[in-house]
Amino acid sequence: MIEWLAWLGRVALTTLAALGRSAMFLAQTLFHMPGREGVHLWARQMHFVGVMSLPIILVSSLFIGMVIALQGYIVLVGFGADEALGQMVALSLLRELAPVVTALLFAGRAGSALTAEIGLMKATEQLTSMEMIGVDPLRRVVAPRLWAGFISLPLLTAIFGVIGIYGGYLVGVDWLGVYSGSFWSNMQSSVNFVDDVLNGMAKSVVFGLVVTWIAVFQGYDLVPTSEGISRATTRTVVYGSLAVLGLDFILTALMFGEF
Amino acid sequence: MTDSTLVRVEDLHFTRAGRAIFSGVDLEIPRGRITAIMGPSGTGKTTLLKLIGGQLVPDRGRVSIADEDVHRLSRRALFDMRRRMGMLFQSGALFSDLSVFENVAFPLRVHTDLPERMIRDLVLIKLQAVGLRGARDLSPAELSGGMTRRVALARAIALDPELIMYDEPFVGQDPISMGVLVKLIRELNHAFRMTAVVVSHDIKETLSIADYVYVISDGRVMAHGTPTSLDTEVDARVSQFIHGQPDGPVPFHYPAADFASDILGTREVP
Ligand SMILES: Nc1ncnc2c1ncn2[C@@H]1O[C@H](COP(=O)(O)OP(=O)(O)OP(=O)(O)O)[C@@H](O)[C@H]1O
Ligand SMILES: [Mg+2]
Repeated sequence: MIEWLAWLGRVALTTLAALGRSAMFLAQTLFHMPGREGVHLWARQMHFVGVMSLPIILVSSLFIGMVIALQGYIVLVGFGADEALGQMVALSLLRELAPVVTALLFAGRAGSALTAEIGLMKATEQLTSMEMIGVDPLRRVVAPRLWAGFISLPLLTAIFGVIGIYGGYLVGVDWLGVYSGSFWSNMQSSVNFVDDVLNGMAKSVVFGLVVTWIAVFQGYDLVPTSEGISRATTRTVVYGSLAVLGLDFILTALMFGEF
Repeated sequence: MTDSTLVRVEDLHFTRAGRAIFSGVDLEIPRGRITAIMGPSGTGKTTLLKLIGGQLVPDRGRVSIADEDVHRLSRRALFDMRRRMGMLFQSGALFSDLSVFENVAFPLRVHTDLPERMIRDLVLIKLQAVGLRGARDLSPAELSGGMTRRVALARAIALDPELIMYDEPFVGQDPISMGVLVKLIRELNHAFRMTAVVVSHDIKETLSIADYVYVISDGRVMAHGTPTSLDTEVDARVSQFIHGQPDGPVPFHYPAADFASDILGTREVP
């Protein structure tokens, strides 16, 4: 019993210490005004983090949109309500699937790469040697990656939503024969810009912050060995995904919960 | 005395993973001279350089550079001070996302506003000095170990620092590049009055360039003096090290249980 309590205390303490370290880390990193050089570094990371995540986002969103249309049609047609397919595809994508799935894919694709890259730089003493040259790696290495993540996830989410709706259109209208006019007009009349589009984007901003923060912190804080790198990479994906799912529930309750 | 000493280490204590690495080290690194730090592998020479550079914080004692306590500086002031220092890492630690040229140009780009033309010339001069001007477009992954170290050396001297710390500069060099490096280190010191700290196991080369030598072992300064005075040192431990004899009072092994009982399994397995 005592041992169990001691274990619990130890776990709680190390967790708290890690949370504290990561909060300090975020504060130290975020509030640097980037110079001209910083903008250049950021643009480079936007390419690695954002643009290179595009293929997986495009393909997944197309398929997810198509699947929702197919599933939705099967249910709706039973009520003779297949005209409402556009509304269903758009709402489920904009409110939930686009922000959540994009963030999960982002944690797997970009987050793990960020952790491994920063971790390898740490293991090969590149971060230390940068410090000895008198350049703060938090500014030079971490900050551009953090900002690239924050900014690219909402953009990727928007792209996910658009392509997903197009996938739903392909299946619903082109294949299953829902009337195209009612597909779009139903969607237009039911989707509210503030409630649905902006709330979905707000979610993705939060997810972008949390997932990128976890990824760069895991990379910066890891034990500099090959085992340490592989563990930290796994942790990025696991913690990132769990954080996204947990936060999604909380945010949904806050945004749509006023019954 | 004050103005001739650049780095002063006083009563340094440092513990790592529960093991005392330093227990009371005092040393002085004179300005404009080459000081060698020698000692068996694993005694903490690299650790000492990191303590001087402010990467690690001592448990007790003080390290000061130009009369400023390194470990009392703010993060900002510390980074400013490091601009005046160069350090050659044991592993080289080149930036893997930059070419050889850009690695050497890095300190110049971040700390000066020199025009591109001038940066190019300076980088090529430094690369020429280490014999790698032709390798400027390679990426660090395409270099051999010895080449990596020479590029790292070129990067460390890019800004002509006041103080330069070389961690094992001669490892992995063939006799020719070894000779070139020895000459380079000496020239930098003579021509630019660069203060140098050389950590090395290559006793002959090190003694040939050093003005003063510290031998560290067991967490303390075991001997210090000019190369000639150490050569005739009577202390058995020091002469064993200087003359490279395997048998003597300095242990070759990391502290461990008795070998026979370890092998025969008479010691309890933890
Ligand atoms: N990150 C670390 N964590 C714990 N202990 C460490 C760490 N790095 C080094 N040590 C320990 O500190 C001691 C000194 O290491 P250091 O690298 O300074 O030795 P060194 O004198 O430079 O050796 P070498 O000549 O082989 O480079 C070693 O015994 C090592 O076990
Ligand atoms: Mg060493």
